[in-house]
Amino acid sequence: MNTRKTLYQFGYRRSADQDRPSPARHPVIVVGAGPVGLCTAIDLAQRGVPVVLLDDADRIGEGSRGICYAKRTLEILDRLGVAASCLEKGVTWKLGKVFQREEQLYAFDLLPEDGHKMPAFINLQQYYLEHALVARAAELPNLDIRWRNKVSGLKPRNDGVTLSIETPEGSYDLDADWVVAADGARSALRGMLGLDFKGEVFEDRFLIADVKMKGDFPPERWFWFDPPFHDGRSALLHKQPDDVWRIDLQLGPDADAKAEQAPDRVIPRIRQMLGHDAFTLEWVSVYTFQCRRLERFVHGRVVFAGDAAHQVSPFGARGANSGIQDAENLAWKLALVIGGEAPESLLDTYDVERSAAADENIGHSTRSTDFIAPRSAQELRFRDATLALARHADFAKRMVNSGRLSMPSTYETSLSTPDEDEWSGSARLGAPLPDAPMHSGNGEPIWLLEALGGEETLIHVPNGSPPPCGKRVLVIGQDLIDPEGLFARRFDATPGSTYLVRPDQHLAARWRHATPESIARASRRIKGLDGEPA
Amino acid sequence: MSALVTESRFPDPDRAYRALIEAHRGLSDEQSAALNSSLVLILANHIGDQAVLQEALALAKLSLEQTRSTPKSSSGRH
Repeated sequence: MNTRKTLYQFGYRRSADQDRPSPARHPVIVVGAGPVGLCTAIDLAQRGVPVVLLDDADRIGEGSRGICYAKRTLEILDRLGVAASCLEKGVTWKLGKVFQREEQLYAFDLLPEDGHKMPAFINLQQYYLEHALVARAAELPNLDIRWRNKVSGLKPRNDGVTLSIETPEGSYDLDADWVVAADGARSALRGMLGLDFKGEVFEDRFLIADVKMKGDFPPERWFWFDPPFHDGRSALLHKQPDDVWRIDLQLGPDADAKAEQAPDRVIPRIRQMLGHDAFTLEWVSVYTFQCRRLERFVHGRVVFAGDAAHQVSPFGARGANSGIQDAENLAWKLALVIGGEAPESLLDTYDVERSAAADENIGHSTRSTDFIAPRSAQELRFRDATLALARHADFAKRMVNSGRLSMPSTYETSLSTPDEDEWSGSARLGAPLPDAPMHSGNGEPIWLLEALGGEETLIHVPNGSPPPCGKRVLVIGQDLIDPEGLFARRFDATPGSTYLVRPDQHLAARWRHATPESIARASRRIKGLDGEPA
Repeated sequence: MSALVTESRFPDPDRAYRALIEAHRGLSDEQSAALNSSLVLILANHIGDQAVLQEALALAKLSLEQTRSTPKSSSGRH
């Protein structure tokens, strides 16, 4: 079952760089064409930075990997030009239900609020996302994807890195000012730098089965503790496109990975779960998992992102989502540094911000794992006591943890200018902006996040005084109309309010009444220039 | 400053202790352990303060060490 069938085949092509007498030099080389590497490369290319993207394979294979993409990730993918195709293909969902035995303990709604372009989540096989990203990458003339280019050596220098690369036609070297290592959980580049990847290993084994069937289950996330069809363990059922259902069964620490994958073991389990036989197996694998991270994500001119930098358990959909959020955090900073608009030290804030996010994700996914797979008799007692109390007491319901689903991080960061005024609303300093339905100046509907794009932007609510000066200013009521008043509510906007938004759409500063000096200072601060003379 | 109150708070501590004992009468060890687990969760939520909970855990761990190192310490008093 575990030989991956090829779904999309790409071709190795000889690059002119392979015929040069000395290594060609590129501003950025991204290693690894998974979702994180592709997003990083696309984002950089869209920001005008030429990128070489290397991958050791030349195809996208089948197999169960990430399936859940969260709202913030979809907003990023929208800016990168691939959200529409993902939404069209994906299964949109926002409801989750948690059961114990046959009984529903509770249901949750991840996005109970209208007025956002993107849904709470979509489910989509990772290969569809990768395919959409590869197609988008092909549209960008300054993005050069090289398939079957395997990095076999890495030499760090003060001002860059030399990579040795193996291809079907022999090896060659490339120089890069910056290397982004997005080469996955088993990162070869991490190994080449001899970096520790420390954390917690979990013993429990889980079975993933992707099953094709015509089911009448709704597109919701259903999670069972101690299900009637799988005594004493846990189970997850989740819809994917193409009538494929993700089934995730806890097997316990002693399960025999090989035996459990055999169809004559898997099929009866699933028959018992679904109550019928009308399904075919698309994919089966048994996995264990780790929660671990690099101590630092930036090592000289090599920057780690995604699973290469940190690994989480699958509960909560925090792997691919956090990796894509790494990509977005890194791309604008790297583009500013390469363009000479920000000092190299700006990349330290990538390390700070995304390390904190990784810790948050590892914390959540570790705590979910503790609850889903208790490791001692007493852990199990606490878990079962919580489930039993959940029927009677609200506090226990809130302790039931079947995976806390990925939410974007709010950065406690030196790039933010601390609030001096009082603010309510859902916008938070350091967090991505909440979306809102707007109209453009000529009356066309446009979402706030679409209007923002990927540039540093000031949003200003007029109060009769001249609007502030900045590289890019959007004035509410002129450039953007707020027809439903949702912008005003979510941003607690009053006449004179001004908001400074980072290139990754996180809120960097806000004022009830801004002065040109405070805006200029906050803008310099975003670029890590705070304290340096203008 | 300690957030956990360790001074006696029940007007009649013997009655409170008795209530705990009575709740476990007739239960198997396994049932007792389950009951205690529920009780800990309920009381922890009632406290609702992570710092107090950590202090309570630390105190409980300390008493666990002492129970282990001097298992017969209470045997002289009847």
